[in-house]
Amino acid sequence: MAEKVLIVDDDKAFLAILSERMQNRGMEVSTAASAAEAMKLLGKETFDAVLLDLMMPEMGGIEAFQIMRRTQPEVQVIFLTGHPSVTKGVEAMKLGAMDFLPKPVDMNELSEKIKQAKAGRMILADRRTQDKIKKILTDKGW
Amino acid sequence: MTQNAGMIGQAGLQFFGKVCASISHDIKNVLAVINENAGLLEDFCLMTEKGRPIDPGRLKRLAGDIQEQIRRGDRIVTGMNRFAHSADAPSMDVDLSELTDLLAALALRFAAARGVQVHVKRPLGAVRITTAPFVLLNLMWLCLDEAMASAGSDRTVELAAEDAVDGARLRFRRLQGLKSMRDGLPPADVSMALCSYLKAEVSSGPDATEMALLLPKSRG
Repeated sequence: MAEKVLIVDDDKAFLAILSERMQNRGMEVSTAASAAEAMKLLGKETFDAVLLDLMMPEMGGIEAFQIMRRTQPEVQVIFLTGHPSVTKGVEAMKLGAMDFLPKPVDMNELSEKIKQAKAGRMILADRRTQDKIKKILTDKGW
Repeated sequence: MTQNAGMIGQAGLQFFGKVCASISHDIKNVLAVINENAGLLEDFCLMTEKGRPIDPGRLKRLAGDIQEQIRRGDRIVTGMNRFAHSADAPSMDVDLSELTDLLAALALRFAAARGVQVHVKRPLGAVRITTAPFVLLNLMWLCLDEAMASAGSDRTVELAAEDAVDGARLRFRRLQGLKSMRDGLPPADVSMALCSYLKAEVSSGPDATEMALLLPKSRG
């Protein structure tokens, strides 16, 4: 099954071209030009990976990520930024981001990261299901 | 006098750094899009090698997209060049309306980050004064920062340069709840030093919806 990706970036030209390239590689891609738009999509669909621009107007990437985690705890977020800094990178990783990549992106590297993201999300989703089942059985005294 | 000069110098450096950082971010974004367009061309070549035909219309659009990004980059660099040259001389004859256009262009990213649009209302003719352009841009920046903090419910700040008696005026309009300018713009010591150097005055209107920067015809 194709990887399902959400790209969040306020630069619409970048959104359009990156989306096309990823679709050409067989991925299912949705786009959002703001954190607010991204939240609406995350409320309706599950994504294997979210590519999140670090610097966006009104709500930045770090703040958006913290809210996303509450909606979809297993979502794997890869930050994209034109100016990677050690401070921001450490902050993002401490919050649980999967990775932190500089723009311009290397498409081969990005595709590989997205495959890893999908695998990571499925493991977390399985674990959550198993925990739920365990809890049900425990509550029933089994 | 020396303390003021030091403060103006330090404030100027910080202003210059902040604007350059923003410009570099914009240029990086342009390069990122061009990089993706080049990557897409490469993807098309690989697809052709595997027997998939290329749509000439798509290639034409791709060329157009690259050219649009080049134009975007050129606008950014032109603005950067004008900003850099504003520091050429301590006293120059300038058109305040052109400086206002430059201010709005340089502040675009900062305004967007605050959810504010900056709209410039151009006068019919040039508004000429003799001043220190870089120092004036620094003061205009502080004014715009304060204006954006007081933007009204439509989240738009309107800038209008005009001739005034013995000088020129830059109005910052469509504000809401603007505080009194009696103590100066924040940071107060810096804005007062800049005003003193430029012989300028910043005032707020009686209904707190407008701020005005009054400038002499020549700072002497």
